[in-house]
Amino acid sequence: MKYLKFFLIVIILFPLISNAEENDKRNKITKNLRCLICQGQSVYDSDSEFANSLKIVVDKKLQEGLSEDQIYEYFKTKYGEWILYDPGLNKNTYILWLLPILIFLIGGAIIYKSFIVKK
Amino acid sequence: MKNKILPFSVIIIFGIIFFIFYKGLEDSKIYTPDVNTKKEIPVFNTKEFFSGENVKSSSIFELDKVYLLNIWSSWCVPCRQEHPLLMNLNLENKLNIIGMNYKDNLKNAENFLKELGNPYKEIFIDLDGTIAIEWGAYGVPESFLIYNNEIIKKYIGPLNQELVDEINLLIK
Repeated sequence: MKYLKFFLIVIILFPLISNAEENDKRNKITKNLRCLICQGQSVYDSDSEFANSLKIVVDKKLQEGLSEDQIYEYFKTKYGEWILYDPGLNKNTYILWLLPILIFLIGGAIIYKSFIVKK
Repeated sequence: MKNKILPFSVIIIFGIIFFIFYKGLEDSKIYTPDVNTKKEIPVFNTKEFFSGENVKSSSIFELDKVYLLNIWSSWCVPCRQEHPLLMNLNLENKLNIIGMNYKDNLKNAENFLKELGNPYKEIFIDLDGTIAIEWGAYGVPESFLIYNNEIIKKYIGPLNQELVDEINLLIK
């Protein structure tokens, strides 16, 4: 009887949990997609016709079993890099990626020279 | 020597930052979509506007023919403005105009065509806007010039006489 109860609970809860997981994933993806016809809004935040259609497409792609990266790649081929809020490393964005490392190294060198070497 | 390193590196860092901001100033801040890239047209299944029958994209677009795909809707005001131009283009008979009815009420769409005329050779339905996304469209109205199953040019927003002249030049 105990097992039966446990079994029933699992059966009832499982769809809820997996549904919530899918929702989380969908929200994460739509938050990283720019609503191209809005000003400063992600697809997740926007309620425009464009954003609503995009949400449906994300749902469809998730159901088809595409991974998050594959979905980003799909939208990139349709609309270009600009649709992604989190751009990859390329010739337009290398400064953005390398500058913090450069500043960290130069700053580190200054600290090393002026404090550690002085001692 | 040691005293010189600090001001020297500060100058370099400011130099780099100045360079980056200066480069950033040159870039356009307005997002301009790429309208000239040649892309294959997407493959999709949809429904025909009048009959409601299922149609495949491959049966709509044939090779060796010029098509103008026009995304329209009865609730879209700029579509009304560009409609007479589409009617004229259809009369000239140089290309086939295909309509994509976008997120519309079918009755309203039919009334729209009754009122303003039907320039389309074929119309298919995009009820939830997902086919428009497949095409890489932003909204209504939008037009795609297609030849050999390739998008030659994309026109975002309503067509005007200048753009129609450009289309006529391109398909010559």
